[in-house]
Amino acid sequence: MNTNRIKQGLVAASVVASAVFVGSPGRAVAGATFDAVKERGELVCGVHSALYGFGAPDDKGVWQGIDVDVCRAVAAAMFGDAKKVKYVPLSAQARLTAVQSGEVDVLSRNTTWTLTRDTANGLNFTGVNYYDGQGFMVPKNLGVSSAKELSGATVCVQTGTTTELNLADYFRANKMEFKPVTIEKYEEVTAAFIAGRCDAITSDGSQLAAIRANDTPNPDDYVILPELISKEPLGPSVRQGDDQWFDVVKWSLFAMVDAEERGVTSANVDEMLKSSDPNNQRLLGVTGDLGKGMGLDNKWAYNIIKQVGNYGESFERNVGMDSRLKLPRGLNALWTNGGLQYSPPIR
Amino acid sequence: MPELDRSAAHAASVPWWNDRRVRAVLYQIAVVGGVVAIAAYLISNTLANLESRNIATGFGFLGREAGFGVSESVIPYSPTDTYLYVLVVGLANTLKVSVVGIVLASIIGTVFGVARLSRNWLVAKFATIYVEGLRNIPVLLQLFFWYALITEALPGPRQALNPVPGVFLSARGLRFPEPVWQSTHLLMLVAALVGIAATWALARWARLRRERTGQLFPTVKAGLALILGLPALVWLLGGAPTALNIPELKGFNFQGGLNVTPEFTALLIGLVLYTGTFIAEIVRGGILAVSHGQTEAGLALGFSRGQVMRLIILPQALRVIIPPLTSQYLNLTKNSSLAVAIGFPDLVSVANTAINQTGQAVEGIAVIMAVYLTVSLSISTFMNWYNRRIALQGAR
Repeated sequence: MNTNRIKQGLVAASVVASAVFVGSPGRAVAGATFDAVKERGELVCGVHSALYGFGAPDDKGVWQGIDVDVCRAVAAAMFGDAKKVKYVPLSAQARLTAVQSGEVDVLSRNTTWTLTRDTANGLNFTGVNYYDGQGFMVPKNLGVSSAKELSGATVCVQTGTTTELNLADYFRANKMEFKPVTIEKYEEVTAAFIAGRCDAITSDGSQLAAIRANDTPNPDDYVILPELISKEPLGPSVRQGDDQWFDVVKWSLFAMVDAEERGVTSANVDEMLKSSDPNNQRLLGVTGDLGKGMGLDNKWAYNIIKQVGNYGESFERNVGMDSRLKLPRGLNALWTNGGLQYSPPIR
Repeated sequence: MPELDRSAAHAASVPWWNDRRVRAVLYQIAVVGGVVAIAAYLISNTLANLESRNIATGFGFLGREAGFGVSESVIPYSPTDTYLYVLVVGLANTLKVSVVGIVLASIIGTVFGVARLSRNWLVAKFATIYVEGLRNIPVLLQLFFWYALITEALPGPRQALNPVPGVFLSARGLRFPEPVWQSTHLLMLVAALVGIAATWALARWARLRRERTGQLFPTVKAGLALILGLPALVWLLGGAPTALNIPELKGFNFQGGLNVTPEFTALLIGLVLYTGTFIAEIVRGGILAVSHGQTEAGLALGFSRGQVMRLIILPQALRVIIPPLTSQYLNLTKNSSLAVAIGFPDLVSVANTAINQTGQAVEGIAVIMAVYLTVSLSISTFMNWYNRRIALQGAR
């Protein structure tokens, strides 16, 4: 062990020890995350512990979700095998420290991209895999149809989120009163709301849909109010200081979006290898050296699409019509269909 | 004196680096220097690495606006206040639950500690089941249990239980009427303070008289009469104001009156019952440590059973009880940081939110540690002072 490793180990240990969850420190090295991941042969990915559709183990113990698919895509690009991921479930509070300290290589845990997190917190967001906004959910029998009627309400909210700040801002801006009940764990805050501790629960719209579909005894007894009070672009992030790693994570997500645009799916990707379209040939590594430029195999995008699917497939499988959430594409449709999902040219 | 001569000659011939006293000093300097060097190394490394990862450092964030809400506070708070202020809000909540918890845990622990020694089979077994049951379950699980019990079992505010007029029990907590503040109440407070001071003087006078003449004086009864009686008298003289601020259901929740939240209640019950088991064992051990011969001797000298307990057994038992009791008080205070799990805004909960919103984990944790250290050292200083006071004179 050279001094450098020891140094970084000590620092990582002190930062991680200060986080709520103590993980094994010093696993990754700032400035060389790419090399560390490559050498380890496995991606360590921070995910949500139990958010259906985004990050949660299914009944067979296999991690599923649109955020989990980002981890799988990066592993497919790096190693040609989407299974080479170690998932670290993180609470909202522990997640930022976990990336900063090197406990995880990628954070893909419905995390809102904000200026503070991108700068003072030492993170780099690599894109947006779900455009969301914050809303409120209430029991139907409360008789409330708009967030503007919530003055005096008790609101359940998860701590350590942008949600917590937006909530205070919204009530202040509208000159309304509220009582927050702030709980760290997603499972506990959901249980408190369902038990009737709060009049309303606030979170990202997609998360409210997941709670309604998955955690409430009867989804029809709850309604999500129409107001969205914030912009919540959710996306994966990495630690600052390794541009190569930043690029790999960024373009893994773009490759999924680009594949959807070109109609390349996990089902037809092998046929597409024979496609005469030069764009498809470049994407799938038939021609050109795009993968090599990132330090990857030229089949990087092929592996992502083959093993994980394109963005649309991932969306429908996890949160869209093929899932229990049945969320519409909305802002997350491709730009060609009036949404915001757009990939820069892969060339 | 050949022996001495030899050792003197030996000492003169020993080089200074082999001298035992010089070595002792050198070792101590080396140890202190080593500790300081390691600390400096860790701190400078942390700072350098935080900088290289572009993470903001320093305590400047304490002056910025916090921007998040806090569900309950002893002192007035709004989201426009600073991070420093919100940490004080959290500290006040921690102190609130700790002080109330320490008082209640002491009472419960003493009662069950004595009950385990009871000759009544049922009482003794019940106390044993309480102690062995609760102290062997992790306190975090107990907190979850009480919180779930309170929120799941109680109805929403619109169907609130109303056992006594003006008192409402719901999943939002216990609401009860609050006396409307009047100048008479301030005078009552003054009267109570006067009562406490008078009781102290009375106890001193009674002790001196007892030492001089051997006559006893009912200090406890007289003290209670002073502390409770004087404010009651002032209340009657002040026209017996009975105006109450009665809770009313308005909109989503009750307005007016005082409220005890489910989070506070669950945390308090959990901490008190858990710590109470340990205190019960400490009290039981303390009483058993005083030999039974003392009781018999006291009775033979004509003391009543109560006097034997109060004047002979307890003062000696306290010497055994106080040091481990101090640890339990510290434990209760530190365990209150589990509040974050059930949403009570204590210091750790609030500081964690601040850390997450600012991203400055190292500074935030340093603040938490410094505050807990200060609180814990204050408690142990006080308890050590009390321990010295009740210790056998000259037996330190």
